[in-house]
Amino acid sequence: MSRKTLIPIGPYHPLQEEPELFKLYCDGEIVTDIKWETGYNHRGIEKLSESKSYDQVFFLVERICGICSTSHPFAFANAVEEIVAVEITDRAKYIRSIIGELERIHSHLLWVGLAGHFLGYNTVFMWAWKYREPVLDLFEMITGNRNSYAMFKVGGVRRDIENSKIPAIRKEIAVIRKKIDLLTGAVMDDPVIHARTKGVGILTRQDIIDYGAVGPTARASGVDIDVRRDDPYAAYPLVNWKVITAQAGDVFAKAEVRLLEMYESASIIEQCIDALEKMKEGDITLKINEIPEGLGTGRAEAPRGEVFHFVVSDGSNSPARHKIRAPSYTNIATFKKSCIGQTIADATLSLAAVDPCYCCTERMAAAYDNSSGKKILNANELIALSLKRTSELRKSGTGHE
Amino acid sequence: MDTETAINKLTEKFIADTLRVVLQKGRRAIVTIRHTAILDISEYLYKSEGYRFIIASALHTRRGFEIYYHFSFDADGSILSLHVILDKEKPHIESLSNMFSASNWIEREMHELFGIDFLNHPNQEKLLSEGNWADDVYPYRKEFK
Repeated sequence: MSRKTLIPIGPYHPLQEEPELFKLYCDGEIVTDIKWETGYNHRGIEKLSESKSYDQVFFLVERICGICSTSHPFAFANAVEEIVAVEITDRAKYIRSIIGELERIHSHLLWVGLAGHFLGYNTVFMWAWKYREPVLDLFEMITGNRNSYAMFKVGGVRRDIENSKIPAIRKEIAVIRKKIDLLTGAVMDDPVIHARTKGVGILTRQDIIDYGAVGPTARASGVDIDVRRDDPYAAYPLVNWKVITAQAGDVFAKAEVRLLEMYESASIIEQCIDALEKMKEGDITLKINEIPEGLGTGRAEAPRGEVFHFVVSDGSNSPARHKIRAPSYTNIATFKKSCIGQTIADATLSLAAVDPCYCCTERMAAAYDNSSGKKILNANELIALSLKRTSELRKSGTGHE
Repeated sequence: MDTETAINKLTEKFIADTLRVVLQKGRRAIVTIRHTAILDISEYLYKSEGYRFIIASALHTRRGFEIYYHFSFDADGSILSLHVILDKEKPHIESLSNMFSASNWIEREMHELFGIDFLNHPNQEKLLSEGNWADDVYPYRKEFK
């Protein structure tokens, strides 16, 4: 009788920068069963939300995820606006879509980088993260923040994108497009990546339907769903774009979907800024005095798939119940299908292929001199430097080439 | 088929189990049903009509425990929420996890946070606080005066 070996991945493991424990039961090299423990980081956000005012909830849900930090406010705004029954202004719609799509580009670049890293192909990792940086600079220029942009509110957005900044954004998107070309060419034609990802971690159409998986994970298995098209919101029905799908359901197909989606995102952003340029500045928010009693369901297509928010309002200042479903909640469960029967090396890649949510917003540090151990910069000085950089970016544009 | 036609079709088929229908804003509908009919109606939606299970959300209210099962019909972007009201003292309902795996985790979560029993669930263990939380204390329950 063969002996089953248990290989733990996590709870703290470089593969997952958030704590989660996967137990791979292996027979030799082959994974025969998988179990997981989650909840190491349960923050009780749904319960916390019941104690916050609607305005505060935006900041709370923005901190659910550090990567797709705008997708939760997006879905929450859709849900609350459904209760209030308002339609936001066109300018606010375009701004919301621009933020959503910029976020998709930087999130997908991050995933491509990590996927490269797990394959042991660190050139891809370094390229992808280098090219992600200009996107974050764009965010800093538009919103003042690299992540957690604080742009959304009930009835519109908090800040306008000034028309004078649009040429700089357009230039930067053209640069990003060139970089995506380079990266897509490198990934799609590389024989090593083909060998490591084709036929690995396959999810069939039936698996997707059974687990209710969403986003690129579903679209890579030929399940053609995308909330932006199916249940239109913000500016998505006002611009031309298409939903990218692939049929194979393996890791390569998921990479392909994400890489090609970045082009669609770039095209959506370009169309949105063209539309913004023709509009008058400033018309970005509606005055909403109170949230009436009612139920609201809001959805948004995050980089990882559909985010779903269900808000019950009792007419008071804060939600009576707020249910949040992030896409990884259904996507992670598909591991049971994609990993069993794989080798250990492929199983870790299959885990990464659904892009389980990572957090990388840490930017704060104190600098010490190596030789003397003396502190060179303190927190306040670093903040001052950061503010200076933001204002420079806003003046000059991002200037990556 | 628009949302209203779809809902009419559903309520005609399950007329004895439908208690209330609320249509809101075009593509959203909330159908309150008897909790004993959850398996049949979900099976009809999932298998015959091609709905996708999004998630369920439980609430603790003065009426008892309530669950909204949200289903998405991706062809027209509508959301149909099946609403059930459960017993105040011993809330229980049939599990959907033998039909689709999508409800497996959320049922475990509702069991853990609200203490709702899901009958015939394949594995009703704790999802979030394995071994770190008392067995009969349910953090999302409310106290009503």
